[in-house]
Amino acid sequence: MQAAAARVDREADRLTELDSPIGDADHGSNLKRGFTSVAKALETDPPVTPGAVLTTAGRQLISTVGGASGPLYGTLLRRTGKALGDAPGVTAEELQAALRGGVEAVAQLGASAVGDKTMLDALDPAVEALGTSFAAAAEAAEKGAVDTTPLQARKGRASYLGERSIGHQDPGATSAALLFAALAEVTA
Amino acid sequence: MKMLMNVPESVVADALRGMAAAHPELVVDVDGRVVVRRDAPVSGKVALVSGGGSGHEPLHGGFVGPGMLDAACPGEVFTSPVPDQMVRAAAAVDSGQGVLFIVKNYTGDVLNFRMAAELAEDEGVQVASVLVDDDVAVTDSTFTAGRRGTGATLFVEKIAGAAAEEGQPLERVEAVARQVVQSSRSFGVALSACTTPSKGTPTFDLPAGELELGIGIHGEPGRERRPMMTSGEIADASVDAVLDDWQPRGPVLALVNGMGATPLLELYGFNAEVQRVLGERGVSVARTLVGNYVTSLDMAGCSVTLCQADEELLRLYDAPVQTPGLRWGR
Repeated sequence: MQAAAARVDREADRLTELDSPIGDADHGSNLKRGFTSVAKALETDPPVTPGAVLTTAGRQLISTVGGASGPLYGTLLRRTGKALGDAPGVTAEELQAALRGGVEAVAQLGASAVGDKTMLDALDPAVEALGTSFAAAAEAAEKGAVDTTPLQARKGRASYLGERSIGHQDPGATSAALLFAALAEVTA
Repeated sequence: MKMLMNVPESVVADALRGMAAAHPELVVDVDGRVVVRRDAPVSGKVALVSGGGSGHEPLHGGFVGPGMLDAACPGEVFTSPVPDQMVRAAAAVDSGQGVLFIVKNYTGDVLNFRMAAELAEDEGVQVASVLVDDDVAVTDSTFTAGRRGTGATLFVEKIAGAAAEEGQPLERVEAVARQVVQSSRSFGVALSACTTPSKGTPTFDLPAGELELGIGIHGEPGRERRPMMTSGEIADASVDAVLDDWQPRGPVLALVNGMGATPLLELYGFNAEVQRVLGERGVSVARTLVGNYVTSLDMAGCSVTLCQADEELLRLYDAPVQTPGLRWGR
């Protein structure tokens, strides 16, 4: 989570830049506010299990980010954390299964599917690739994010642009790729 | 870009502190980001709570007061508020008669208000929600997030606010709000993009000789770009976009709304053209409101909202209202 916060902090301007032509130019600043508060909450009162880290982080995101990304990322982390339960340690397989549930919850909350040009386009392939390695998951997420460029947005504010959303990389898929990059970094 | 501000991070808090100083009839919780009418909870009255991103002033904080909202939750600029704010607002204004959330159809607002409704109900507050989606510029809701909520929000908050003020129960207030949503359509036009404080440059590039038709209220581009038009041509395009979608049966309430950087001189001139087009199309106008009510920071441009008004809606619209942004009848 600290690595994710550092990465979001570093890349906030780029996320905002991506959000500018097809959204409303605040994705970077919103996530930065959320993850800064996640880092602070985890420092002040460090949870003892991986599951608790994720549920705390998720709750923090819901309370601070706003927009669509707050509830969506918050739900992803909270649902994943809940699935991990109180286990003191987690295997890659357990994390994959828990994350799969988290991604399903995001799809349900946003009523969206892969191909809609949203964070799901990075999350879904990343979770699948997690069966191979963390590095593979990060790579799959990055590819998924880049591959949103030619798509037409069907959800969120970018959907109002119709065909004009084509040719822009989705900021939500990009931030999702950042999180998997952070995960790969700390598990390398 | 020059802006009257300290740092981008504090624009919302600074605005709330200033609002508190100007309006002692409101309780402004700057840290908790909630604006509440001072006499809330009003005994025996259904409470109305709305909110959304900041940058649309006077919407929503400016519509808090007798006859309209009981509380508003301002989010960050163009970002929906978080559930904590809405739960705090609901708890502060609920008199036991229940709370109506008025939500504009933007994904972030919808998701956060949905979470808040669940949390508030866990705390024993009865919550109903109404979704405002009046923007006809969004045509295909199968492949989009659905029609955006824009100018009709004012009519919903005013008319449902009046119904609540006269003591109608939650189901009735909710039904009136829904009727207003179903009876309202809007269309917006941008002459310039707007600049968010955190970004500091215009959110999209709109050359001097062009305008954007069919915009929302967050600086997002619209559905079509054209060479600059006259006020009369813009009125034709806007009103026709609304009437192509829906033909009102009977007189309408008309809102001619400025997006933030268009002076009243231009808005009144534009209203003259809107009235001309409505007359030519056989639509009679019962009431007209002209001004900056649902804005988009410093965007130049305007929107037109029409609401088909039966006698009951007209009576509720005319009822007294006393808020920073809208005030008449007392």
